[in-house]
Amino acid sequence: MAEVALRNVIKRYDDVEAVRSISLDIPDNEFVVLVGPSGCGKSTTLRMIAGLEEVSAGDIYIGGAIVNDLPPKDRDIAMVFQNYALYPHMSAFENMSFGLKLRKFSKDEIKKRVDHAARILDITELLDRKPKALSGGQRQRVAMGRAIVRNPKVFLFDEPLSNLDAKLRVQMRTEIKRVHQMVKTTTVYVTHDQVEAMTLADRVVVMNGGVIEQIASPQDLYHHPRTRFVAGFIGSPAMNLIRCRLEQNGVGLRVRISDAISLPVPAPLSARYQALTGKELIFGLRPEHITEPRRSDRDQQSEFTATLDVVEPMGMETMVYFTVDGQEVCGRVEPGSAKGPGEAMPLYADMNRMHLIDPQTGLVL
Amino acid sequence: MADTVQTWSPDLQGSLPGISASASARRGLRLFMRRRSSIAFLMCLPLIVIIAGLVLYPACYSIYLSMLNKAQTRFIGLDNFTFLLSRDVFRQVVEQTAIFALSAVFFKALIGLITAHLINNLPAKGQRKWRGMLLVPWVIPLALSSLGWWWLFDPTHSALNYVLSSLGFDEIPWLSSPYWARFSVILVNVWYGAPFFLIMYLAALKSVPEQLYEAAAIDGANAWQKFIHITLPMMRNIIAITVLFSLIVTFANFDIVQIMTAGGPRNMTHVFATYAFMLGIRSGDLPLGAATSLFMFPILAIAAIFILRGVRKRGREIG
Ligand SMILES: Nc1ncnc2c1ncn2[C@@H]1O[C@H](COP(=O)(O)OP(=O)(O)OP(=O)(O)O)[C@@H](O)[C@H]1O
Ligand SMILES: [Mg+2]
Repeated sequence: MAEVALRNVIKRYDDVEAVRSISLDIPDNEFVVLVGPSGCGKSTTLRMIAGLEEVSAGDIYIGGAIVNDLPPKDRDIAMVFQNYALYPHMSAFENMSFGLKLRKFSKDEIKKRVDHAARILDITELLDRKPKALSGGQRQRVAMGRAIVRNPKVFLFDEPLSNLDAKLRVQMRTEIKRVHQMVKTTTVYVTHDQVEAMTLADRVVVMNGGVIEQIASPQDLYHHPRTRFVAGFIGSPAMNLIRCRLEQNGVGLRVRISDAISLPVPAPLSARYQALTGKELIFGLRPEHITEPRRSDRDQQSEFTATLDVVEPMGMETMVYFTVDGQEVCGRVEPGSAKGPGEAMPLYADMNRMHLIDPQTGLVL
Repeated sequence: MADTVQTWSPDLQGSLPGISASASARRGLRLFMRRRSSIAFLMCLPLIVIIAGLVLYPACYSIYLSMLNKAQTRFIGLDNFTFLLSRDVFRQVVEQTAIFALSAVFFKALIGLITAHLINNLPAKGQRKWRGMLLVPWVIPLALSSLGWWWLFDPTHSALNYVLSSLGFDEIPWLSSPYWARFSVILVNVWYGAPFFLIMYLAALKSVPEQLYEAAAIDGANAWQKFIHITLPMMRNIIAITVLFSLIVTFANFDIVQIMTAGGPRNMTHVFATYAFMLGIRSGDLPLGAATSLFMFPILAIAAIFILRGVRKRGREIG
């Protein structure tokens, strides 16, 4: 049980800066997910918290104390690796009890803790098996068991589910969430899967190129991305990002995204964007906010017609793709209302959910 | 078209047994050829024949030889073996071979393991240099290096004794005192064989996944505990196999002992091979020499069975 803090942490490998000055505060018991594209420094950050990598600069605190120079075993953390890293010559029981044995726990205590963890993870029957005789999901559970029995201050997960098939991944995701609710422990979880990040996290840390782009709750992240990167990274299919120009139109503002289409900025947002009039910007709108005209109280001016390129029925909804000024745009419509490819379809943009992004700074305005 | 249909009709096959038999034989051959293992076997056959000729024939011949009398004129059954067992010198040879092989293999494995660890912990650049240098004993022809050592040990010109005496120590009768001679031949064998273990263990060390050590570090293991609980168990198979292999080679060692002591003083350093050589070639009793060398076989076979059984069992478990 402890809070974790990173202060201006930097990691350099020879000439590359894998992590560039990261600061992060994780309160006690919080589940934080580091998410970002491959090579953005997630694992490096996690490994520095674990003590498997030294920091090049900055400080790492666990439970209020600086742990920069402590070896992993003295940091009181437990880690679950992507490929589990179970000891192949030990049974599941021995794998889970190894850390306790080294820490000289009594036999009874070890047994008690392993049994408890095994019950939480539902692997009691598997304790005698060697890792080779376990399935991927079962290995994953044993690896988690190895972390749980130690009752550490912090759990660290490095892409623990990426070796599992899609179905098992969803199942284990729920499992991890359940375990965290039972065993309240500060957790740092690394993944490149944004769905995992959104479903598991109390707070998500989006990283890109060795820096933190945004730290926010999953909801906030989704609805109020702070940068263009976050806007494009979170959400699937990704947010539409379209070049636009902001135009004055009488009292209101309009977003012109092509010669044919310009959409009105809702009055409550106009004041915020007033100063940007005439600028080249990027207009962001999520696919679910481009629909067939459905609400009766809608603003007629936000309607436009587009010729569909691709239509993807998904069952519950249908994705429609069309081009605006050479850029592909995705909308999400009722299956019944979707037209076929090559046909024109009336669409409606929910402009209350719009974002404007400065192409120079990449910041959401 | 009609022909092909007819060949496959069952009553035609029944009425012409000769043809159908040859057809089914051909089909059987075709099936046999289609199995991958059969083809593999056929392709290996020339090699198998050659190896059988080179290994099996001498082996069988030496068994036959060992049951003849000295003049090779009369079949005498197991008399050569019983004669050997009754001789004190032979028992001493068995004892010395066991001491020689076991202690040499033990130290080779130990030194190989330690040096492999040291080198593995060097930065990558230094590793290659050291690996190359430490491999030298192994690549020099054994007969030559044995001669070199013999010279170092030589009573009149011993370089080792020169160094010892100039440091104020007593000179050591390396090859002339029985127990020192035993020590010396083992020393040279270890010197020669340790690099083999080094190279095998170095490769094995590199194949242990780094993450296991990281997991162990987080579990709280120090360097020694990592070695005991991770490295050793992960290397047990390769250790078992190298030890077995080395036991066989060391048991059958000939060059070192022959060149340095030729079995002396007082037959104290004889091993099976040199003793067999002395009996069979020097004294001209080929059947007795053959019987001597055949004594190695059951000992090594039993060791091999036990070691390989362990290897297979662990292989299945760890995979
Ligand atoms: N030992 C190393 N030596 C040099 N560069 C390294 C080393 N380890 C990592 N890097 C570099 O640091 C950067 C971040 O690596 P890191 O492993 O943290 O990425 P990641 O976010 O975990 O990516 P992934 O999702 O692919 O696991 C990468 O550009 C990588 O090439
Ligand atoms: Mg990674």
